[in-house]
Amino acid sequence: MRNVFRSSRAGLVAAALSAALATGCATTANPDDPLEGYNRAMFGFNEQVDKVVIKPAAQVYEAVLPHPVRTGVGNVLGNLGDPWVALNNLLQGKVAEGMGDLMRFALNSTWGLLGLLDVAGEAGLPKHDEDLGQTLGRWGVGEGAYIVLPFFGPRTVRDAVALPADFIANEPFSIDHVATRNTVLGTRVVHLRSTLLGADRTLEEAALDRYVFVRDFYLEQRRYKVSDGRQERVYEDFDEQSAAPPGGDVDTAAASAVGNLEHADIGASPATAGRRVARQSVQ
Amino acid sequence: MNKILDFLRAFLLCALLGAALPATASADKAPDVLVRDVTTEVLEIVRADKAIQAGDTQRVIALVDAKVLPHFDFRRMTMLAVGRDWRQASAEQQTRLTDAFRTLLVRTYSNALTQYRDQRIEFRPSRFAPADTRVQVRTEVVQAGAQPIGIDYMLEKGEQGWKVFDVIVAGVSLVTNYRSSFGQEIARGGIDGLIRSLEERNRALAEQQGMSQGDAGRGA
Repeated sequence: MRNVFRSSRAGLVAAALSAALATGCATTANPDDPLEGYNRAMFGFNEQVDKVVIKPAAQVYEAVLPHPVRTGVGNVLGNLGDPWVALNNLLQGKVAEGMGDLMRFALNSTWGLLGLLDVAGEAGLPKHDEDLGQTLGRWGVGEGAYIVLPFFGPRTVRDAVALPADFIANEPFSIDHVATRNTVLGTRVVHLRSTLLGADRTLEEAALDRYVFVRDFYLEQRRYKVSDGRQERVYEDFDEQSAAPPGGDVDTAAASAVGNLEHADIGASPATAGRRVARQSVQ
Repeated sequence: MNKILDFLRAFLLCALLGAALPATASADKAPDVLVRDVTTEVLEIVRADKAIQAGDTQRVIALVDAKVLPHFDFRRMTMLAVGRDWRQASAEQQTRLTDAFRTLLVRTYSNALTQYRDQRIEFRPSRFAPADTRVQVRTEVVQAGAQPIGIDYMLEKGEQGWKVFDVIVAGVSLVTNYRSSFGQEIARGGIDGLIRSLEERNRALAEQQGMSQGDAGRGA
């Protein structure tokens, strides 16, 4: 698979870049996405790679291997990634989570038969999803522009900078045997893709513009992950009819808000008069 | 590639659940109980129904229509997806937008439900006071060897009991995720342009799924 990628890479990148130049001057409405012209071209390229190489491979993989075997493969790959998850949790100061990840790795590598079984998960040590991009975000590094990378797909500039470390940490480069290493990499890609067969159809059907859909999904999800779900979710009311005098029900709700729920009323300024905004903090 | 796939997977699962939400329940049920009952009921039906598992679109849409839709506030969801341009829409346009958006969501997420196999759903404790009128109910899809995927339902209590107005999958709101693409359509062709693209998309989906057009416009 790597060879396929490598041999065609130069030509395709050139094609993508020229497409980017052609569309690069298009007006970009989204401030998070100044590179939209280039990004759209690269997004199209990645979709082609998926269609021609990765998706067919995933379909074969799913057809050939029974479900329990695929679960085992997912467990082994997940286990290989846990030390890196642990390190990132620790770097973010989340000591309990980090120690949990290390326990997972220890338990699953031994009792879990080299990671084949997720015994730690059964024992109540959940798998976490952390990477260096999230750690940098946690440290206050801004995300920068949205950028679609060849093969790797959507990133922010921050996450793209973190990508080499994330990539190397998740690949067993300590294995000297090149064929084995490539097999692990190939299996990772194909396995991951196989878990998404079906989801791609939903994306196809649900999105008016797949590029925009994926971009906004990615950005919102990254922000959610960096904040570990503690970001604020705001629901505005755009309905004139129900936008009646601010206060009332919202204030009552605020008075009774508990724990994770918090409602506040901000509708007093002339600009937003008559508009009710309920804020709700997630988690 | 990882990340795209990551979120796609979340998206699929969400879809399962997004669709799998509420069922026939009385209006005075607590919101977390409501979500749990409906999810459990719908998934039990899907698990037992070979036709749905084989991808029978019509059958799964009928199921969602009967069990899930009554618990969603689609007008509110559409308003949130459209954003501030909603104010510019006439009452008639708002109704057409709501119908078209509902059809699109039901179509796509009902299909996702046919992919449901053996993921386990866990219901996380929800904290709210009896007087609260807006509540977030949290659930998780648990799968071996992967981080659980959160599916949260935002519900608000109205005259007709608790209604879902947003579904948040793996941290992403399925509703507001539409806002930029809707904005794009509105910038291009106004509110009517957006209605047209939604209705066209629904027609294409209906044809693709071999269903009559009359069916496509149907909704609760």
